[in-house]
Amino acid sequence: MIPATFEYVRPSSIDEAVAALAEHGDEAKLLAGGHSLLPLMKLRLAAPEVVIDLGRVDGLRGVSEVGDGRLAIGAMTPHYKVMADPLIREHCGVLADVTAKVGDAQVRHRGTIGGALAHGDSAGDLPAVLLALGGSVIAQGPGGTREIEAADFFVDYLTTALSDDELVTEVRVPKLVGDWGWRYEKFSRVAQAWAIVGALGMVKRSNGHIEEARVGLTNMGTRPVRCTATEDAIRGQSPDAIEDAAAHASDGTSPSSDLNATAEFRQHLARVLTKRALTAAVG
Amino acid sequence: MTAIDTPSTKNVGITRLRKEDAHLITGQTNWTDNLQLTGMLHVALVRSPMAHAKVTSVDVSAALDQPGVVAAFTGADLADNWAAGLPCAWPVTPDMVSPTHLPIATDEVRYVGDAVAVVVAQSKYQAADAVEFVEVEYEPLPAVVNMEAAIADGSPLADTTLETNKSFTWQKIDGEIDDAFDGAAHITTRRFVNQRLIPTAIEPRSVVCSPPREHAEYTMWSTTQVPHILRLMLALTCGVPEQELRVIAPDVGGGFGSKLNVYAEEALLLVLARKLRKPVKWTETRSEGYQATCHGRDQVQDLSIAFNEDHTIRGLKVELLADMGAYLQLVTPGVPILGAFMFNSIYKMDALSFTCHGIFTNKTPTDAYRGAGRPEATYGIERLIDEAANELGVEPFELREKNWIKHEEFPYTTIAGIEYDSGNYEAATARAKELFDYDGLRAEQVERRASGDPVQLGIGISTFTEMCGLAPSRVLGSLSYGAGGWEHASVRMLPSGKAEVVTGTSPHGQGHVTSWSQIASDALGVPYEDIEVRHGDTAIAHKGMDTYGSRSLVVGGYAVQVACDKVIAKARKVAAHLLEAAEDDLEFDGGTFSVKGSPDVSTTIQDISLAVFAAHDYPEDMEPSLDSDATVDPENFSYPHGTHLCATEVDTETGEVTIRKYVAVDDIGKVINPQIVEGQIHGGLAQGIAQALWEEAVYDEQGNLKTGSLLDYYVPSAADMPHFDLDRTETPATTNPLGVKGVGEAGTIASTPAVINAVVDALRPMGVNDVLMPASPSNVWNAIQAASAGNTDGGAA
Repeated sequence: MIPATFEYVRPSSIDEAVAALAEHGDEAKLLAGGHSLLPLMKLRLAAPEVVIDLGRVDGLRGVSEVGDGRLAIGAMTPHYKVMADPLIREHCGVLADVTAKVGDAQVRHRGTIGGALAHGDSAGDLPAVLLALGGSVIAQGPGGTREIEAADFFVDYLTTALSDDELVTEVRVPKLVGDWGWRYEKFSRVAQAWAIVGALGMVKRSNGHIEEARVGLTNMGTRPVRCTATEDAIRGQSPDAIEDAAAHASDGTSPSSDLNATAEFRQHLARVLTKRALTAAVG
Repeated sequence: MTAIDTPSTKNVGITRLRKEDAHLITGQTNWTDNLQLTGMLHVALVRSPMAHAKVTSVDVSAALDQPGVVAAFTGADLADNWAAGLPCAWPVTPDMVSPTHLPIATDEVRYVGDAVAVVVAQSKYQAADAVEFVEVEYEPLPAVVNMEAAIADGSPLADTTLETNKSFTWQKIDGEIDDAFDGAAHITTRRFVNQRLIPTAIEPRSVVCSPPREHAEYTMWSTTQVPHILRLMLALTCGVPEQELRVIAPDVGGGFGSKLNVYAEEALLLVLARKLRKPVKWTETRSEGYQATCHGRDQVQDLSIAFNEDHTIRGLKVELLADMGAYLQLVTPGVPILGAFMFNSIYKMDALSFTCHGIFTNKTPTDAYRGAGRPEATYGIERLIDEAANELGVEPFELREKNWIKHEEFPYTTIAGIEYDSGNYEAATARAKELFDYDGLRAEQVERRASGDPVQLGIGISTFTEMCGLAPSRVLGSLSYGAGGWEHASVRMLPSGKAEVVTGTSPHGQGHVTSWSQIASDALGVPYEDIEVRHGDTAIAHKGMDTYGSRSLVVGGYAVQVACDKVIAKARKVAAHLLEAAEDDLEFDGGTFSVKGSPDVSTTIQDISLAVFAAHDYPEDMEPSLDSDATVDPENFSYPHGTHLCATEVDTETGEVTIRKYVAVDDIGKVINPQIVEGQIHGGLAQGIAQALWEEAVYDEQGNLKTGSLLDYYVPSAADMPHFDLDRTETPATTNPLGVKGVGEAGTIASTPAVINAVVDALRPMGVNDVLMPASPSNVWNAIQAASAGNTDGGAA
């Protein structure tokens, strides 16, 4: 558990961080909370020549209202702050609730929302919720800033749409309007393990019917999955439609097989957990 | 058993907060890896990434050019330094095949993690970096991974210097086994798999070795359970005279058997200290330890049990394949053969046939792991009894009760030929059923089955016993074990009236300092706080057989009691002299000798200690000393027992198993410290339940360890554990004066079958008759799928 030698850079502003990235390019890795990067380095599965520590960069923490019906969350905001933030709890409680299931208490105090998303691990809990919410990230590089929709951000296994010279500065999520309910069913071997499969079910309730639904899946492929077939099948329906709709939750997925589950078992779990998540979300 | 008055009990039997904890929880610890010695160098090993290969070349020259590197050696460079290979102290048969096991391999590597070279540098960082510059060329050989394939005709060899993959076949037949099976009214036959586990002590292994400096001795600090055995074995392996080696086990953070060994790194550091004349340190990383520290379990069990018409047991046949891994470590082959005495468990029968085949594979060697052979046997028999009860259509408790040894039948000589000194299975079972609300849960189970609830309720039973307290040296000798089972203690009264207790057992979390203080305080009449317990250093505790097999209290605690008794016998002589009374006229209570009928004529153990130190006036027929030594060798093992009951909720849609209720009623005889006992039971249950639900060392077909870190090997945390309802019945042991039995392994041995019996019980209506361990969602779901396709054995066969 001893990493290879690396150079350490600690910028104090976003501009300095961008400059350091520009200088070192793909030889550098950004250090946010470190709970993904440092274990990889200690196992020598990653050996970056330069580590750029974002821990002292001003302006990357905190939550604010953007003004267009969205919340902006600084990329270096740690998970436990997201869980407790009054704006998030009031307007996007699902994010707080899913974040509460990330890792363990230590991880939630060190890990950050931007770091967890930029790592691009579909087994992480946050990519699926960002996708289901239709959120986005703000990336900054030498050429300025750009907004990347969640649907475009997650490209492949541990791969995002970020360029080598970009960093995530902000995460944006919509304020939920109306009578929303949600449940994240995280299915794991022990209390503090990665999800074998996770299913997020969100429903907007209206007069005993489901006006709108969102379904996001964790660890069902190289990218987080949004189940539009299931969402479409229950839009405008009564809760009785959930069971049949959930049977489509695994449509088009291609999860991996590993020690915890075969691809077939994962697809089965995705259907069962989606049914349970949506049923609980309806309340 | 003692010649003196029985002192009034003040400490034994009550909870005393552990003396050890103040320094452990405030960071004042003395872990091996904390040790810093002037000029100390750091050692890193180059390990084989291949399970089986010829080593065609090892080149350390580039590593030697790296910053801070002081030395680097290949296996060939060091080959002349070994007086012998690493020891196996349990040659179970005269013709047992045992490969030569050099600390650094030379021509052939036999598992992923087998060391091929070593780098020594000024810092551990430099050593770790330099490892990557050692160039090793391997010529791959076929990996032998599966035991049945290993003994099939034409199998490649796990070790090309041998002619077979079979280390030994060990057999013991008691009674007329063929008669028992011929004409039986019913025979139940099953195959069970007891999966490979990784012990995972919280403190990784670490070794420091210092060459002779001001003294003419080598000093080794090691995270070991067995400093005395290690000293002797390293002397033999490295050719260092035993008297020139001192071994210290400082604070040791758990072992569970994985530190009951003589490891390559321990021998290597002694040799490096000798070659380099510098202190050296090596500490494993967790993933390195997962490859290079012994694993546990790994058996395939073929079992048949024969019954009479009235459901009494006629006989039991046991045939085991036991995975040795690539080499025989200290007691590797002895672990599974303990099953010969344990498969019959608490049951009476006319015949028992036990056959064990020890098999080599290209995997990390196995060795003792909490319970060592008894958990495997207990799992086999308790699962088999449940399966037989199902086939016979009787309540599983009814079948057990019909066949177990009744309390009035003790002492009872079992079919395996050992004598259980005491026990009361009826009492423990009655208490467990009451605590569990057995009848209530059975009624709920009926309802849940009828309603078709997707989450089914299962009830699992484990009525276990075990043999522990590795003691009787003559019996161990008859089993070809390489050592005895005695234990040593000394008591030294200090002039100030305080006492030092020296014990040959060496704790690594068990709380010896507390329990031994309680025993000595009551025996000597010296306040608990005035007793210091010393251990774990061969220069202080000069002899001992160390800590494993739940032996410390029943053998080492016994020795402390006897050593105290000897001190009091001496003190009585002095007291009689000083009080001018006859020894027989003295009463001893709470540290005070007084003349019977004249309680004012008295003296205390403290006064006597000072008087003997001054030595101005003491009896002519004795030395001026209140010190004592005691070495005890009990005539029998210790046989704790108990009844464990587990209720599981099994989600038939996801395969998820949740423990709803766990009741453990253990009978460990008399108790010294109830809180320490409770802690032992809790930890044991956690490890046994972990085998049932979470843990498994998985290898792929090439012999790569797929569960090579805590990311993939699921060690549960407190958050995963259910509440435990504990109670005890108390049937004192008759084999030691304290009346105590071993408790360190009981929870682990009992709990695994209780949980799996509950899981299978939940799924029985779906046609499931077995679930592979661990009962992960995947394995449970697979068992359900297979049963619906007509295959009921969970995948074992």
